[in-house]
Amino acid sequence: MLTTLAEQTEIQTSWILPLLVIIPFLGGLALPFIAKNNQDEGKSAKYAAAGITLFTFFASIFFLLLKFDFNNTAEMQFTNNFAWMPQLGLNFSFGIDSISLWLILLTTFLMPIVVIGSFNAVKQRVAEFFLLLLLLQSAMIGVFVATDIMFFYICFEFTLIPLYFLIGVYGSSGRFKAARLLFFYTFTGSMLTLSGILYTAWFASQPDQFGHWTFNINNLITAASHMSDSQQFWVMITMLAGFAVKVPLFPVHTWLPYAHTEAPTAGSVVLAGVLLKLGTYAILRLAIPMLPNAVLVVAPYVGILAICGIIYTALICWVQKDIKKLVAYSSVSHLGFCVLGMFAINTQGAQGAVMYMVNHGLSTGALFLCIGMIYERFHTREMSQYGGLATTMPVWSFFMVFFCFASVGLPGLNGFIGEFLCLFGAFDSNVLGTSTTSPIYAATAGTGMIFAAIYLLYLVGKIVFGPVKIPDSAHGTVKDLNKREIGVLTPIAILCLYFGLFPSGMLRSMDAPVAAINAPTLQALENKKRPALQQNPTHNKQVKLITPATINAEITQ
Amino acid sequence: MSEKIAQLAPEIILAIAAVFTMIIGLFPNQKFRNAAPWIACFALALAALFAWQDTNAPQFAAYTKIMIASIGILLLWVIQGVPESLHAARLTNAQKIKFDPANVVSGEFYAFFLISLAGAMLCASATDLAWLFLALELTSLPTYVMIAISKDNDQAQESSVKYFFLGALSAAFFLYGFTLIYGATGQTEFAAIRNATQTQILAGNLSPLMIAGLVLSVIGIGFKIACVPMHYYTADVYQGAATGVSAFLAFVPKTAGFVSLIWILSLVGNTPQTSIWNTDSPAHVVITMLAILAAFTMTVGNLMGVVQKTNVKRVLAYSSIAHSGYLMLGLVAGPYITGTDTMGNGLAAILFYLIAYGLANLAVFAVIGSITKNGEEAQTYKDIAGLKSKNTPLFIVLIVGILSLMGLPPVLGFNGKAFLFGSATDHGYTWLVVIGVINSAISAVYYIRIASTSYFDAPDESAIINPPKMRPIAAYVATGFSLLFFLNSSAIIDQTAKATANINAPQAPIKANVTTTTPQTKTTNLKQEIKDKTSLK
Repeated sequence: MLTTLAEQTEIQTSWILPLLVIIPFLGGLALPFIAKNNQDEGKSAKYAAAGITLFTFFASIFFLLLKFDFNNTAEMQFTNNFAWMPQLGLNFSFGIDSISLWLILLTTFLMPIVVIGSFNAVKQRVAEFFLLLLLLQSAMIGVFVATDIMFFYICFEFTLIPLYFLIGVYGSSGRFKAARLLFFYTFTGSMLTLSGILYTAWFASQPDQFGHWTFNINNLITAASHMSDSQQFWVMITMLAGFAVKVPLFPVHTWLPYAHTEAPTAGSVVLAGVLLKLGTYAILRLAIPMLPNAVLVVAPYVGILAICGIIYTALICWVQKDIKKLVAYSSVSHLGFCVLGMFAINTQGAQGAVMYMVNHGLSTGALFLCIGMIYERFHTREMSQYGGLATTMPVWSFFMVFFCFASVGLPGLNGFIGEFLCLFGAFDSNVLGTSTTSPIYAATAGTGMIFAAIYLLYLVGKIVFGPVKIPDSAHGTVKDLNKREIGVLTPIAILCLYFGLFPSGMLRSMDAPVAAINAPTLQALENKKRPALQQNPTHNKQVKLITPATINAEITQ
Repeated sequence: MSEKIAQLAPEIILAIAAVFTMIIGLFPNQKFRNAAPWIACFALALAALFAWQDTNAPQFAAYTKIMIASIGILLLWVIQGVPESLHAARLTNAQKIKFDPANVVSGEFYAFFLISLAGAMLCASATDLAWLFLALELTSLPTYVMIAISKDNDQAQESSVKYFFLGALSAAFFLYGFTLIYGATGQTEFAAIRNATQTQILAGNLSPLMIAGLVLSVIGIGFKIACVPMHYYTADVYQGAATGVSAFLAFVPKTAGFVSLIWILSLVGNTPQTSIWNTDSPAHVVITMLAILAAFTMTVGNLMGVVQKTNVKRVLAYSSIAHSGYLMLGLVAGPYITGTDTMGNGLAAILFYLIAYGLANLAVFAVIGSITKNGEEAQTYKDIAGLKSKNTPLFIVLIVGILSLMGLPPVLGFNGKAFLFGSATDHGYTWLVVIGVINSAISAVYYIRIASTSYFDAPDESAIINPPKMRPIAAYVATGFSLLFFLNSSAIIDQTAKATANINAPQAPIKANVTTTTPQTKTTNLKQEIKDKTSLK
């Protein structure tokens, strides 16, 4: 009796992840028909979309978060597998660990907010707008639940299509260029990634590896560690080509400001909130564990690019006149910290990076929502047009200041903990540099925090405080936020505060997966040092003292 | 002998149906004349059924015939209306109903259509060089006439003549190549040639004439698939012909060409180890040449597609050149030499990708052929502008087709591209794969231009959507299958793998018995291997 019950629940849990991907997809496809049958200018489509996203949110809370086994975070949970093209080694296989869990929850949490937040933003082609948002949600969840690299890649690629139309149809004046730039950058990068993936899978199919084609991520991680240094290096380059564009890392970030500025508010929030994390998640999940020797080679350079991005875009933010562009560039700057933390290859860095992904999604997503709200009222993004909104729109000003602080990294709010851990990880890293040069990375990146404070507080000072200035485009009296808008921002604010005050639960849940991600690189680092040890037995003790494992052990204690 | 005739049943059916359509096209009663395409449709369905039924036929031929016949039905629906609308603009209604041999071409048109398809099928069942040559010409000759009578203007005539002269030139090339192969081996039958070359290779003296013959054949047949040095006609011919005929040209001669190339390349040696795809083979230089041609074909096709900024049909012509380049990756990779992993079988990838490409391409052509402007078929980007607001279903078809051609999920083109690129990777052609993916990125420029023009741009009101009845239906069916096969195409992959398993076996591959490893055995093998590895450590 008991066993059958257990079997039944087993079956049920294995279906959760596929359903989380499929429900938004099918629900989205149904929207145009719902709207067609009810001639109410898309009202029914709006509510249906809100219903679907809320349903996935509650489903992810009740069936994922509450059923997730936090004592066993190292293993993939809720696993399921569907054969796709088994002859070619391709499957739709599902499974999550605690890192993916948090990112899925971020997605399902943000989507209802985005949908409800853009009830008034779209006037035409309403059903299609929500259709695109739901397709996007389905693809994003797909990325986080995939344990087969081709399935992962399909979802990763598919995000492009809804986003392209979202920006191209519903964006502001420069939308065509923005959509095209987004498409070309991302598509070019990810095509290169495809060649890298195929190469890795081919390597895994060699008789001395698995002997048949496989695209299972764990199998590829096992196989790829046997690649030679140069093979790993080139595969790493192709992976970074696809993923760094999505992050976006410094020299390939130029599409992002356009896309963000021209996108409708919902597009910006999803882009900043989740889509950029697909890149960082992919690096963390695929590139780092798969190619340990290449990580040792490229980490310093990626670190330098990340720092360049942090400082360069922070300086750009400082001189921005367009509010939305400022926040967009701040995303590039912030995600630089995230990449720096990941490539530090230690517990703090990687945990900080994941923490940062979630928190950046919350605070920057909320900032874009705030900006969208005033844009709906005044139809301008020029910073010089605004001033002293604290007196005319006090509630909005409260939220704006709150989220700016969260974004700056004020201790007690969510931005702080991730940023601090990333910098701490970089400071301590044995991979970014040696024990003498790593602190330089951390210190240089740390100046980015100061710049962030400068430009965001400058923004706040300009538009929230100071003499009252209402844009010329305002018609009638200026209304503060209505209940719906407050209802949209409040949950984010509560979460920002919660993660700021109690981050330890989330951090602890990620110990095991983060250790698994970092282990191959740390192993490679030790292997590299070992010959040196054998040559110089006198240095044996000294070198052993600063192996990353011992440091991690000390810190985690 | 009778067995062979039984195997040729699909071709015979098509030939008989061709005669019928030609006769019925001359009936005075217009209703009878209009039945001609349906006879063709019925014949194609019957041909597919016979190919399916005949369990004695070689797998390769059976697979290819079913593919050609079923995509042929869709192509027929796309092409339907082309001959009927000839002269339609200047004829009065009374003249249309009244029979006048000078004005009515539909009977001949569908007859030529069927004969060309029969030719493509004959290429697949060829066992002899002379047969292959005749089959290739049977595929091409009707297309020259189809282009000429597809439209009532000089452009179509020009296209036809251009295609004819260049086609004749290419025929000279590969015929010369075939004679050299005959000279090298003294045989015309495939199996006998394979045996002869096998002995020569084992003795270490493969005749250089053989290699010269292969090179000339590849160059000549390259015309049919529009590969790079022989691609110059493509854009002009596609532009001049009616859109339905362009869709036909983009698939049928190409399929015939690739099938023939597979046969030609399999003529060296009769074991996988002595085959041309083995890097130690003395004839491997031909594969190297193909690899370079593939790189050029992809790049030239895509770059020219990007440069074209007005005419969509020319863009699609260059896109079809680029797709030939992708398909040639499969030829370069070849079948598996060791092991039985399907991913290593490039020829299977070709057969698979031909379906993906055929469906997507005909859907896109059908959509563009559905738009008319001032009584002429649509040609330019301006004509497809704002298609979304005019006709949403056709717009969706166009987008899905474009995504499939681009190789983006979730459409069949992605599976096909992954299979092709994977097979090339498996055989060590990583550099070619890198060129391929860069080319895919380049191709996005013009594909996205088509997508964004049809969605974002203001519609041109003078361009109206007034397609013949069956054309949109063909597009919907093709799109439906593109999406469906994306989710489940393992049955097709099984068939392609079986079809190409022992392509250069001593006899023509009759019912290749591939031992496919089931997932269970694979995992047990895997477990064993992992055990071995850990025990080694």
